[in-house]
Amino acid sequence: MIQNAIGFVSLWAIPAFLVGIPLYGVCRGVKVYESFVEGAKEGFQVGVRIIPYLVAILIAVGMLRGAGAIDLLAHWLDPVLSRVGMPAEILALAIMRPLSGSGSLGIVTELVKTHGPDSFIARLAATAYASTETTFYVLAVYFGAVGIKKARHAVLAGLFADLVSLIAALIICRLVFGP
Amino acid sequence: MLNVIWLALIIVAVVVGGINGKIEDVTRAAIDSAGSSVTIAIGLIGVMALWMGLMKIAEDSGLVRLLAKIIAPVMRRLFPDVPADHPAMGSMLMNITANMLGLSNAATPLGLKAMADLDRLNPTPGVATNAMCMFLTINTAGVQLIPATMVSIMAAAGSKDPTVIIGTTFAATAISLLFGLAAAKFLEVLPVFSVENAAREGKAS
Repeated sequence: MIQNAIGFVSLWAIPAFLVGIPLYGVCRGVKVYESFVEGAKEGFQVGVRIIPYLVAILIAVGMLRGAGAIDLLAHWLDPVLSRVGMPAEILALAIMRPLSGSGSLGIVTELVKTHGPDSFIARLAATAYASTETTFYVLAVYFGAVGIKKARHAVLAGLFADLVSLIAALIICRLVFGP
Repeated sequence: MLNVIWLALIIVAVVVGGINGKIEDVTRAAIDSAGSSVTIAIGLIGVMALWMGLMKIAEDSGLVRLLAKIIAPVMRRLFPDVPADHPAMGSMLMNITANMLGLSNAATPLGLKAMADLDRLNPTPGVATNAMCMFLTINTAGVQLIPATMVSIMAAAGSKDPTVIIGTTFAATAISLLFGLAAAKFLEVLPVFSVENAAREGKAS
């Protein structure tokens, strides 16, 4: 039932936008083709404008991963965090999540495979992955698109939300699925 | 802040890579990441043009302003610096909707459109406004009604009940969003994070 509903939404949401917006436009007397082309022009500029910001963030994250720093940090933090009930397997995922979307997706897929999709670890990993976004990537792309170099408090607020989502995922999964 | 974080990430990578004997991997990762950044950005151009085009129709037809007006009571509290009928309100709502539906390839272009709209209200180019930081926090919190990617991964791995994570994910993301919004509201008034301070830091360095 739920799965069918999800399938329906992900199948029809984009076509609904694609036909709905121009249809509304026509009804309001907009020259839809001309408007579309006019707006689409910006796409190229935005794509090019974010390149330097993406390069800066992705090389830093890539170097950290290449150096094995994420595993090392997970190793150091493990004795502290296992005391509050954070499984060691989840720790590397938690550190990777704000830095790299593809990296953390790889970790989740691996955990699901080794522990089985109906295990506590897999469910916790899936919840932790899906309940937040790749903060540094979002930061680079969104601020890069409008040339923002001074992020002010955005980094701290974003990372704080990441931490809260991890703790929330742990507590909620413990309550719902039990370890 | 980004100056410090960025430098720290790179220094840590080189030092740890050196100690781990993985300095070659660090070099390769830097070169590869630089290349793949461009691939990602170029890959975004087409889908960006698509949604920017649709958004232009939505704007010209008054749909964006209409959406902005409907959600104004909520948005006004989160974004007090943005006029209630400003197009930014509508495009931010479109981005949040796409995110909630899990349409990530629509959400990013719509979000960037919203950032461009917000930047038109920015008196200090290059420095993030309170509204931008708030909007970014909403996006990094990743509000999602249906974690479609995860559900399909669980299903593909042979889960008996792949949708059980929907409830836990929604609860966790809602809690983190609330805390994130509160943190952004709290941090934006701190003198360390003031626009003046950020602008000054720029001149000094």
